[in-house]
Amino acid sequence: MNEVKTEKKREPLFHIVKRNAIPFWKSWLFRVVAIVAAVVVCSVVTVIMTDLNPISVWDAMFKGSFKNEMKTWWMLRELALLLGVSLAVTPAFKMRFWNCGAEGQVLMGALCSYATIMFCGDKMSYVPLMIVTLVAALLGAAIWGVIPAIFFAFFKTNETLFTLMMNYVAKGLITFCVIFFAWENVYGSGKVNFISTGILPMVYNNEFLIILIIAIMTLFMYIYLNYTKQGYEISVVGESENTANYIGINVKKVVIRTMLISGAICGIVGFLLVTGRDYVVSPESAAGRGFTAIMVSWLAKFNPIFMILTSFLVVFFQFGTEEITKAFGLNEYFSDILIGIVILFIIGSEFFINYRLKFRKGAKEVE
Amino acid sequence: MQNTYAIELKNISKRFGTVLANNNVNLSVKRGEIMAILGENGSGKTTLMNMISGIYYPDEGQIFVDGKEVSIASPKDAFKYNIGMIHQHFKLVDVFSATENIVLGVKDEGKYNKKTGRRKVVEISQKYGFDISPDKKIYEMSVSEKQTVEIIKVLYRGADILILDEPTAVLTPQEIEKLFAVLRRMRDDGKSIIIITHKMNEVLSLSDRVAVLRKGEHIATVETANTSVAELTELMVGKKISLNINRTEPHDTSDRLVVSNITLQNSEGVRILDDVSFTAKSGEILGIAGIAGSGQKELLESIAGLQTLTKGEILYHSPEGEIFNLRKRTPEQIRELGVRLSFVPEDRLGMGLVGNMDIVDNMMLRSYKKGHSIFLNRATPKKLAETIVEELEVATPDIKTPVRKLSGGNVQKVLVGREIASKPKVLMAAYPVRGLDINSSYVIYNLLNEQKEKGVAVVFVGEDLDVLLELCDRIIVIASGKITGCLDARKTTKEEVGLLMTQNKRG
Repeated sequence: MNEVKTEKKREPLFHIVKRNAIPFWKSWLFRVVAIVAAVVVCSVVTVIMTDLNPISVWDAMFKGSFKNEMKTWWMLRELALLLGVSLAVTPAFKMRFWNCGAEGQVLMGALCSYATIMFCGDKMSYVPLMIVTLVAALLGAAIWGVIPAIFFAFFKTNETLFTLMMNYVAKGLITFCVIFFAWENVYGSGKVNFISTGILPMVYNNEFLIILIIAIMTLFMYIYLNYTKQGYEISVVGESENTANYIGINVKKVVIRTMLISGAICGIVGFLLVTGRDYVVSPESAAGRGFTAIMVSWLAKFNPIFMILTSFLVVFFQFGTEEITKAFGLNEYFSDILIGIVILFIIGSEFFINYRLKFRKGAKEVE
Repeated sequence: MQNTYAIELKNISKRFGTVLANNNVNLSVKRGEIMAILGENGSGKTTLMNMISGIYYPDEGQIFVDGKEVSIASPKDAFKYNIGMIHQHFKLVDVFSATENIVLGVKDEGKYNKKTGRRKVVEISQKYGFDISPDKKIYEMSVSEKQTVEIIKVLYRGADILILDEPTAVLTPQEIEKLFAVLRRMRDDGKSIIIITHKMNEVLSLSDRVAVLRKGEHIATVETANTSVAELTELMVGKKISLNINRTEPHDTSDRLVVSNITLQNSEGVRILDDVSFTAKSGEILGIAGIAGSGQKELLESIAGLQTLTKGEILYHSPEGEIFNLRKRTPEQIRELGVRLSFVPEDRLGMGLVGNMDIVDNMMLRSYKKGHSIFLNRATPKKLAETIVEELEVATPDIKTPVRKLSGGNVQKVLVGREIASKPKVLMAAYPVRGLDINSSYVIYNLLNEQKEKGVAVVFVGEDLDVLLELCDRIIVIASGKITGCLDARKTTKEEVGLLMTQNKRG
């Protein structure tokens, strides 16, 4: 046989192949490897940019969360608050309703809590005040969540843009209220009006109650999504709207109901922020948690129990990088760079969990 | 050098994840030859052809065109080697004319000239006997005309190796004959034609040689003249099977579902269903024949209460003699009456099942609302899932496996099994064997026959006329939303049904 070969075979350097399901442990191995790689890259960047010893930088990173007992409690409280918002967005996400408005919904919860305490604080005794405040927070946030859902269900508006825009409306509304009701002095450097009543009761310490409440909510959400009829309906609507229609699920109803729940949970977080952490409201009260929660929820594949882990990861790096900037006198840009690298690696690991690269084989042997 | 092949594949392999789609496939096609690639769904036919046309890149193996090894990394490369593929789903611009679609994207020398393009299109159609109006817009065309445009498009680009992926799936018997005549003319002109199919009679009437694939492996290539349906089936399935549907005479029939003069308009006012009337009787299988997209889907959905009709009545006569007007009921109420829709849309998992859920959760789809508890009851559906897996021999690792991981046949068994388990009075099945291997198809046919024996009124929408004629008792034919005929399946012929299918076509 004489084979004629006039053209050299050209094969692409690599092609991307979708993986079939990979074992559970392997996907977590990928994530751990990604974090280790992120740590290595961060260290290299640290050395190049600051000439600091990376070991001492990582030591500071660790100390951000575990320097002393108080720091750890703060970290846990922050974890709980972030987890709370993540729990809120999860049912909507499972339904493929991309709720990017958790930020605004938390803000509305916070605003309603603060306003109730400011207006009714001196007219009511403690227990009724707390109940009214909580209800106001739930209502405010739920309404903020359900508006885009109603438009989505009846007018087919795009839920992502709508919920996103609602964030800015909420921020504007808070700014307006702060000035209009003179909660803060408009002239000169603002004097902030902290609430003096309606403060969350202290159980063990300032942080414990918040953590406990969110822990219970996590458990509830897990059961709600996996073991109730409503949770089942959410999954069906998320997987296929056609199927949902076909078996007689009222998709509009499910969308609206789920966004009421999603908003209400944001309201609880807003309530906890005002009564248990900040004691005041500002357009920055939500502090970006509404957006970080999207990542927390996604990375955990919408599983509330895994979300404890993913929100820990995010909060750990947040606290760690803050500590680094303080300890070494770096500015916050540096910690932003480190957080960026870590997040990039975590998200990147998801790509490698779903796909793999197949590289060109070495030189071809000819027989 | 002796006779070189137009195209030759050597030891081609392709994997998707853990699935071996093609394993060490060898194949060669001569000039002036029609080669049929025969295999069941999932046997790797389309994957193999996609590697020739540059959509996939083989993991291993070599491709030779005219004896030279080539690397086809993109459809553009495929055209460089004069390879053209006509896909199952057409890729045409609706608002362009035939000519515009054909010349689109071709880099001719000089300025784009519509006149020369048009002349060339006319030349090609005359040469091979295509029946086409070059200035007709795509949206005015029938499926068969669109297919013609696709074929001319490929020829216009100078292809002399043509690959057709299941070209007859959407055509009527008459149109198929026309297509085959054209293909034969092209073969006589020296072109190499590869046609993917799983229909035996087409293979025998058209091809020169047949390559049989099974589970990604090349089983054999045989001369068409020296083979038979029995041999090909055995090669394809891997064992001898009998292809008989045991049709019994219907007995004790009574009217179960009386559809009278229903009309359905879509949002643009086009009549999807136009004055449709028919009766489905208990204890018989009523077939609905028609070209894909003639309103079959909407008809079944109307009965199931998923569409809002403009006019007409759908009356359900219960076995107890009561009469219910289904138009006044919600889909849920209709289901409770025992009217079951086991609808299998194009993507199979689209409506009846949820792909990412396991078998148990899919069993619940119908019944999860029962009871007042806010919690789900998974015990009953679990039992049902176990029964169905056992009785219908569903091949699955366990009942906790997401249904999207099951093969088409098993998905179908799960769906039909669930519907039958609810003891329906009317069972509507649309394309229940689409994408199934031969064995599973016959399992489904037998299930439908069993239901008929039990006195269920079965409505069966099918696409394979041979099966419709063998399985059904009566056949109604639908064309562009109108009923064009009601036939006795035992007495009619494929040609008669085919003619009715194309009657009163739009445009």
